Amino acid sequence: MPDTAMPILDVKGLKTVFRTRGGEVHAVNSVDFDLRPGELLGVVGESGSGKSVTMMSLLRLLPSPPAEMRDGTVMFDGQDLLKISPEELRKVRGSKIGFIFQDPMTSLNPVYTIGFQLAEPLRAHMGLSKAQARSRSIELLQLVGIPDAERRLKDYPHQFSGGMRQRVMIAIALACDPQVLIADEPTTALDVTIQAQIIELVKELRHKLGMAIIWITHDLGVIAGIADRVMVMYAGQVVEEGPVGEIFRDPQHPYTQALLKTVPAVRGPRAERLQVIEGQPPIMYEAPVACSFRNRCQFAFDRCSQANPALTGISAPGHRAACFLLDKASTPEPEAANG
Amino acid sequence: MAEAESVNPLVKVRDLKMYFPIHSGLFRTHVGDIKAVDGISFDIMPGETLGLVGESGCGKSTVGRSILRLYDVTSGTVEINGSEIAHVDRDSLRSKRPMMQMIFQDPQASLNPRMTVASIIGEPLDEHMKLSSDERLARIYELMDWVGLNRAFAKRYPHEFSGGQRQRIGIARALALNPKFIVCDEPIAALDVSIQAQVVNLLEELQDRLDLTYLFISHDLSMVRHIADRVAVMYLGRIVEVASREALFAEPLHPYTQALLSAVPEPDPELERHRKPIVLQGDVPSPANPPKGCNFSTRCPKVMDICRQIEPEVRDFGGGRQVACHLYSENMTTTAEPTAGQTKN
Repeated sequence: MPDTAMPILDVKGLKTVFRTRGGEVHAVNSVDFDLRPGELLGVVGESGSGKSVTMMSLLRLLPSPPAEMRDGTVMFDGQDLLKISPEELRKVRGSKIGFIFQDPMTSLNPVYTIGFQLAEPLRAHMGLSKAQARSRSIELLQLVGIPDAERRLKDYPHQFSGGMRQRVMIAIALACDPQVLIADEPTTALDVTIQAQIIELVKELRHKLGMAIIWITHDLGVIAGIADRVMVMYAGQVVEEGPVGEIFRDPQHPYTQALLKTVPAVRGPRAERLQVIEGQPPIMYEAPVACSFRNRCQFAFDRCSQANPALTGISAPGHRAACFLLDKASTPEPEAANG
Repeated sequence: MAEAESVNPLVKVRDLKMYFPIHSGLFRTHVGDIKAVDGISFDIMPGETLGLVGESGCGKSTVGRSILRLYDVTSGTVEINGSEIAHVDRDSLRSKRPMMQMIFQDPQASLNPRMTVASIIGEPLDEHMKLSSDERLARIYELMDWVGLNRAFAKRYPHEFSGGQRQRIGIARALALNPKFIVCDEPIAALDVSIQAQVVNLLEELQDRLDLTYLFISHDLSMVRHIADRVAVMYLGRIVEVASREALFAEPLHPYTQALLSAVPEPDPELERHRKPIVLQGDVPSPANPPKGCNFSTRCPKVMDICRQIEPEVRDFGGGRQVACHLYSENMTTTAEPTAGQTKN
C-alpha cells in the first residue's frame, strides 16, 4: 500500500461516552487512526473493547442520548463528519461510506423485498429512476454471487440463507460505489465454509472496485488473511497498530502477545495447555489515567499504574504500541520485554 | 489410546435417529420429517473426549440432547455406563440422570435469574441426594472451589457475574452429582477469546481430577483440536468421518472434512498467503429434504455419479478411523487399502 498517499479518512482524538444510570461509561478514549485509499485496515479486540462503537461514532450512528461524542475530529472528503449537519451526513452515509453490520438476520427489514432494499440507496443517493435502479440492483446481486438475481429481487430476507443474506448486505453497502466500506464482524454469525466464501468475495471485490475497507473482527485468523494493517483495541483505546506481518511476527504490546497465544491453531504443533489472560477486561467508568491492561499484564510495574502510555513508534515503520516496556529507560528488567 | 481398546466404551450409540415431525394444514397432518439426526453410531471410551464438529444445522446439538434423553429418540440405542437410555421409562431414567450431565452453550439462558448461585448449584443435590443442610452447603462450597468461584459469591444472582463466571456456575451445577459423562454443548461459543482459554483449561483440569468423559460439541475446529482425543465430523444428520485428533487434522480423508479444515483461517500472515482454501459452493441442503445418495453430493468438489445414487457406507480404516465416502469404497479402490484411497486425492 502506498504509505505516502493522503489518508481518505483521518480520525483524531475521538472520545465517545455513554451516559447510563450507573454513571458514565467511557467506551472510546482518544482514538487516532487513518485509512489510506485502497487499504484494508483490520480492527481487532474483544467484546467491549470499543471497536464497534468507534466505527459507529464516525458516522454518528449511535443514539444520543445515551451516547455522546465528546471530542475529536473525523476528516473525510474535506469535512469533519462530527460537525456537519444531519442533511450533509445523510449524503455520506450509505453513499460515500458503506456499512455492513454484524448480523444479517436483524439488519435487513423483514417486511420489504430485497429488491426494494437494494433500490432504496440507489434512488435516494444516486437519483436513479425505478428501472435504472432495478437493473443496477440485478448487477449488484450478480456481483456478490447470488444466482438467478432477477427473480430473487422479489424475495424477502427470510427466503435467503445466512450467507446469502450477508451477500445481500454487502450488495447494499456497495450500491453507491463507496470510497470506504466499514464491515463490522461481517462473518462472525456465519459458518466457516460460508465465511470462506464471503472472505474470497471481499478479496475479489476489493481488487475490482478499489475501495478502502475497515474490517472489525475478534478473529485473528480472518485478519491475517485479508488485512494490510492491523489496529488492536483494548478498553476503548488503540494499544497497538502496524502492518499485518509486523503485528503477527513481532507483537509489542503484552495484550497483543497474549491474544495471539491464547488462540489454538488448526495446523502446526499443538500446545498441551492453552495460554490464559487472567481476569476480565475492565468497564471504563472513568477516562483512563493509567494503563488499562495493567491488572491482567504479567509485566506490569510501578509506572503502569501512574500514567497512561501513549502510542510510541518502534523500529519498523508504521508499527506503534502503547506500552511503557517500549520506553527502554523505564523498563525495570530487560528480559521482561522478551518474555 | 492403546489401553482403551481393551476397555468397554462408556457411551455406545447405535444407529441413532431423531426426526422432528412437520405438521401442516387444517388437521395438522404429518407431512414429513426434519431428519436432524439420521442414523449415527459411535463409542466414547472412559476418560476420553470425543469432539463433535459440524456447521450450524448439521444436528450436532441434537445428538448431544438425544443421547441424554432430553428428546425422545425416533429409533436406535444409546447405552451409557452399561445401561440403556434411549428406551427406558421415566422413573428408571431419573435414577440414571446423576451420571450424565450437560453444560449448555448460553450461560445467560441456562441459569435461572431468580435463583442464587448456591441454590442453582444445590438444586441437583436437593433432587437426587438426601443431605443435611451443613453437608449441602459444604458440597456447594467444594464445587465452587473446584470451578474457581469465590465462596463469598454464593448468595449472588447470575446477572452479577460475567459470561465466563456464569459458565463456571453451569459447570459446577453439572458436576454436583459426580457424573461420569458430560455433554458440553458449545460451552465456549458465547465467550470472548481470552475467556475461552480459561474455561477450556478448567474443563481439562476437572477431567483429570474427576476422571470425566466428555462429548465436546463445537463448531470451533481449533478448540476441538486442542481438547478432543478423537473427533467426529457431522454433515446434515450423519457422521462423515471419525478419527483420532492427530490423524484427522494431519490428513482428513472425507472431502467435507478437507473443505472444513481448509476453510479455517490461519492466524499467521505468512502461512495465510500460501493457504489454498477449498471454497464450497452453495449452502447446506434442508434436513427435511436431504439429497438422494450422499448428503454431501450437492456441494462436494469430488462428486461422482455414484454419489448422487447410492448412500456411501461407513468404512473402517483401522485405528478407530471411519469414513463414509464413495472415494474409498471397495469398487473404487480394488486393492481396498486406505493408501490406495488416499492417492485419489
